[in-house]
Amino acid sequence: MSAGQPPFDSPEIRRLTPVIGPGYTYGSVTDKISSIVLTRPTSLGWYVGFLIAFSLMGVMTVAIGWLIIKGVGIWGINIPIGWGFAIVNFVWWIGIGHAGTLISAILFLLNQKWRTSINRFAEAMTLFAVACAGIFPLIHTGRPWMAFYMAPYPSTMGLWPQFRSPLIWDVFAVSTYGTVSLLFWFVGLIPDLATLRDRSVQKPLKIIYGMLSMGWRGSARHWHRYQSAYLLLAGLATPLVLSVHTVVSFDFAIAIVPGWHTTIFPPYFVAGAIYSGFAMVLTIAIPLRKAYGLEDFITMRHLDNMAKVMLATGLIVAYGYFFEFFMSLYSGNKFDVFLVQQRLHGPYAPYYYALILCNILTPQLLWSYKLRHNVAVLFIMAIVVNIGMWLERFVIVVISLTRDFVPSAWGRYSPTVWDWATFIGTMGMFVTLIFLFVRVLPAISIAEMRELVAETSEEKK
Amino acid sequence: MQLQRSHIYGVMGEFATPEELIHAVQKVREAGYRRLDAYAPFPVEGLSEALGLKRNLVPFITLLGGLAGGLGGFGFQYWAMAITYPLNIGGRPLNSWPAFIPVTFELTVLGAALSAVFGMLALNKLPQPHHPVFNVHRFSHASSDRFFVCIESRDPKFDLAETARFLQSVHAHHVSEVSDD
Repeated sequence: MSAGQPPFDSPEIRRLTPVIGPGYTYGSVTDKISSIVLTRPTSLGWYVGFLIAFSLMGVMTVAIGWLIIKGVGIWGINIPIGWGFAIVNFVWWIGIGHAGTLISAILFLLNQKWRTSINRFAEAMTLFAVACAGIFPLIHTGRPWMAFYMAPYPSTMGLWPQFRSPLIWDVFAVSTYGTVSLLFWFVGLIPDLATLRDRSVQKPLKIIYGMLSMGWRGSARHWHRYQSAYLLLAGLATPLVLSVHTVVSFDFAIAIVPGWHTTIFPPYFVAGAIYSGFAMVLTIAIPLRKAYGLEDFITMRHLDNMAKVMLATGLIVAYGYFFEFFMSLYSGNKFDVFLVQQRLHGPYAPYYYALILCNILTPQLLWSYKLRHNVAVLFIMAIVVNIGMWLERFVIVVISLTRDFVPSAWGRYSPTVWDWATFIGTMGMFVTLIFLFVRVLPAISIAEMRELVAETSEEKK
Repeated sequence: MQLQRSHIYGVMGEFATPEELIHAVQKVREAGYRRLDAYAPFPVEGLSEALGLKRNLVPFITLLGGLAGGLGGFGFQYWAMAITYPLNIGGRPLNSWPAFIPVTFELTVLGAALSAVFGMLALNKLPQPHHPVFNVHRFSHASSDRFFVCIESRDPKFDLAETARFLQSVHAHHVSEVSDD
């Protein structure tokens, strides 16, 4: 820690880095956040950004269209590397979603006030990341129109899904996660949709926001039940979010492939998910607060806290890497030892070293108070961690599959242009959805910001 | 605002801060009014107690939903894997319950979450596109920076002029009649 830094969470540091800028009232937070949606003209930057993202999404549409015409042979997957980019990207995207639920549910239960201004768009990010993630296993089946086979429905064949398979657990985990995240997000939005209904001038907007808000009128009796439901949802989402990446890690850990068959996978996947998720929240929050002048709502305190969470989860991930490595050597299992050698010296060793650089070494800079308070450095760091976490999944999937038990079953994997097109295309879809979201819905929870104004004004008295 | 029609939903008073609102609600209840509701742009701490609201049914409905999801989920897997389509794989037990836990857990959470949200909406009688309180012009501020108390005409103590005067006496900034159509 650098000298001159006030002690952790002292009144001093709260004054220096508040969760909301000074001088805001119920009316002014409402005006400021709702004006982004209702009155401010759409900037040129929004159109340019949206156009770029939407074009990339078009690339995805073409790539998936071609895949449906030709089949999964257009990808780099082969036997033995049947998983490739589709699973790497699936795990990466689903992990990114986890920070949204962590912020909205776990920090809510822990009564962390700094979550208020970031939870809404973090939840939106979760939804969009889950949508991107869901695409991959679906198209990886090769015949996405047969994906309904995974659902338990009464078929004329009398068949049921194999409920003992981690892949079916995945279907249930991810679809439940998507549904609960959507419910949580929507319940949080209801009061804000009512605000937009009451403040919009044009008739069509009034009708659309009015229908979405379902006639919310802020009645105390409604708030009473609403708070119960919201608290319960937070309590339910908390174990759910931990279960999702646990189940995803079971896809690997239940298999006997070297490097996958380890008990450390569930906790280390969950930590990695939160790590990459916070990196993505920072990647979105930093440009968002700049573009819409929200520095008073998403303050340095928020960025600093997120950087700290990133550092902490990054250390858990580093611990996971170390023990994965140690247990392979300590077990003496020759396939596991061989896999470690392959990670260090094999054909994919550069990916492994890049992963260590991105995920373990670079984030150590976040120990510095100065660097945590440098927005540009934080943004770059977040991107580095995003890349690092993608590399982690690449290393796990590809190195193990290319080097399992028998040399005759070894192989090589390299992604094709269609793999890249699909991956970059989903990023386009993600950014497109984010752009649309900040344009038509309040990116910060207005009702909760008013609550925060009430609480901070009480503190001053 | 003078209303010609006899249909009156109630009388509404407007307040500027949560403290004023709670104070007013307490006074209104002390005066013996029972059919009333308060409106606020965010959940105000202490307002439920001031209104004398009891515990609500949402947690119980959520519990039922969770139980239904969990028991239904496990029962269904047992039925599918052990009864209707038993697959003998090397003589392993058909009721391999540890392998059914992840799906059971997910369905418990799903059932509980769906019933929490839809239970809350149903108890609140939402969606409800129109409500008499929306007839009050200034009520649009209830979703941004103003707090309201509405004493309803079905209250036995309700008397249009008397109740309106009473609301003024507890420092309401505006008092308006709420028409019922």
